[in-house]
Amino acid sequence: MTGALARILAIAFMAGASLFLLAPLLVIAAASFSPTPVFDLPIGGASLRWYGAVGSLDGFWPALALSLEIAVFSTAISLVLGTLAGIAITRGLMPGSKILAAALASPLMMPGLVLGIALLQFFRGFGLSQVFPALLMAHVVVTLPYVARTMIAGLSRFDFTLIDAARMLGCSFPTSIFRVMAPALAPAYLTSGLFAFLASMDNYPVSIFLTDARMKTLPIKMLQYIEESPDPSIAALSTLILLATLALLFIADRAVGLHRLAGLAE
Amino acid sequence: MSATSPRRASFAERLRASRAGLTLAAPALLVLIFLYAAPLAHLLAGSFRGPAGLTLDAYGRVLGDPYGRSLVWNSLRLGLITTGLTLLVGYPAAFGLAMSRGVLRSLFLASLFLPLAASVIAKAFAWTILLRSHGVVNDALILLHLTDKPIRMIFTQTALIVGAANIFLPFMILPIYAVVAQIDPRLTEAAATLGSSPVRAFLRVVAPLSAPGVVAGVALVFSLSVSAYVVPNLLMGENYPTLATTIVKAFLLIRDPALGAAAGAILMAIGLTVVVASNRLGEQGSAGK
Repeated sequence: MTGALARILAIAFMAGASLFLLAPLLVIAAASFSPTPVFDLPIGGASLRWYGAVGSLDGFWPALALSLEIAVFSTAISLVLGTLAGIAITRGLMPGSKILAAALASPLMMPGLVLGIALLQFFRGFGLSQVFPALLMAHVVVTLPYVARTMIAGLSRFDFTLIDAARMLGCSFPTSIFRVMAPALAPAYLTSGLFAFLASMDNYPVSIFLTDARMKTLPIKMLQYIEESPDPSIAALSTLILLATLALLFIADRAVGLHRLAGLAE
Repeated sequence: MSATSPRRASFAERLRASRAGLTLAAPALLVLIFLYAAPLAHLLAGSFRGPAGLTLDAYGRVLGDPYGRSLVWNSLRLGLITTGLTLLVGYPAAFGLAMSRGVLRSLFLASLFLPLAASVIAKAFAWTILLRSHGVVNDALILLHLTDKPIRMIFTQTALIVGAANIFLPFMILPIYAVVAQIDPRLTEAAATLGSSPVRAFLRVVAPLSAPGVVAGVALVFSLSVSAYVVPNLLMGENYPTLATTIVKAFLLIRDPALGAAAGAILMAIGLTVVVASNRLGEQGSAGK
């Protein structure tokens, strides 16, 4: 009796939490259809004009391009570095591999602003003032923990003797890596790549110190729009980003399953 | 982490293996050393440097006067209240998630992942729309005759806490869920068979088993909320200066890097304390099993 009651109560808590979590997303989507420039809910009549206004926001396209480039490259680099380190750690090939695993995950707990100012001063010390390489290197540090954690979990479940078996059956070493190891690790790659990409796309606290007046990433530009002239085109932009994210999550769900994502993303 | 390390390998074999391991891990290690450890050490060292050699001047400026101490206190308070609130909601919610099945569970998981994947700036911005004087929440309150005048909510501490709890709640629910979902339901049944009341079975069996998830969730939410920048900046503006907002101001507006570095070093010290404490608690938890 108490068990059933506790069960209903717990599920009710989660349902309440779900509504609370989704509330801001629903509001921003509703406000993007506002017929007036002051975020009225589109009860009288919806308008799509703010979606048209997104493209002409000052500096929007270069910011989007920069964010995408940085996110794609930093995720790719982190996937390579994370896999190699993950193999060394899970195969017990290194003394202190436990410490290395903890160190690889630790930037996740480090305040982004602190990492940002540390890298700003460090790069200045070397005379590096170009935005792109500075941002790229910083975002590798930001994305690496997401990749390392998931790859270590994925690799520790992979049976490496399968590679030996494939080679004994006549596969070359590269073939056995691509035909045996890559498919088995595909879910881990997808999960860690997704989280790393999203973390890079949304990063504000590290990027803010490494950009200049001309080159800004999308989150920095967005906060600037909100502070300067908050009109519903920002809501439209947020909704578009949300839809893109939704599409990515949907693909991930089809491919891996949200449940696995939860277990792996922990 | 791994159970496949060679047993009783000869010294030469171990040396060869560790050299191979080091080669594989080298790129990631180089990133960690040169783009993470060294810059942070340099920042820490810089916070002790003044025009006349080693000094605690910058720390004195932060911790010495009431305004500086209020920065530290505001950061800690934001972290503590957000962590407490999300734990209060997130702990039962994680059990609810683990107990749900089918479509309901998929919906719950989607409601956790979608906000998690959405932009923090967009969510904080949504709360400024929700909580405005003529925003959605006030309109609803007036419509329900709960108030006749709009209540001032934006730029109050309530707005700050609601926004922060909203943004960081998934980081509390997911780690607890990951642990709770693995608890064998037969354990509580066994406890009941052996004569435990449901409350006692929960306190003695389930609660201790869920502790590692709570430790992970608390550490994550606290370290994220104590150093949050976007949330206090958009929902409180100048009214709630924290270490985080001071760092940005010191570097980008008033050009006082020593002050920013000191605020950063204090924030880093708080972060490191959380990492070390949560690792300790995590080890104790696994040693007790």
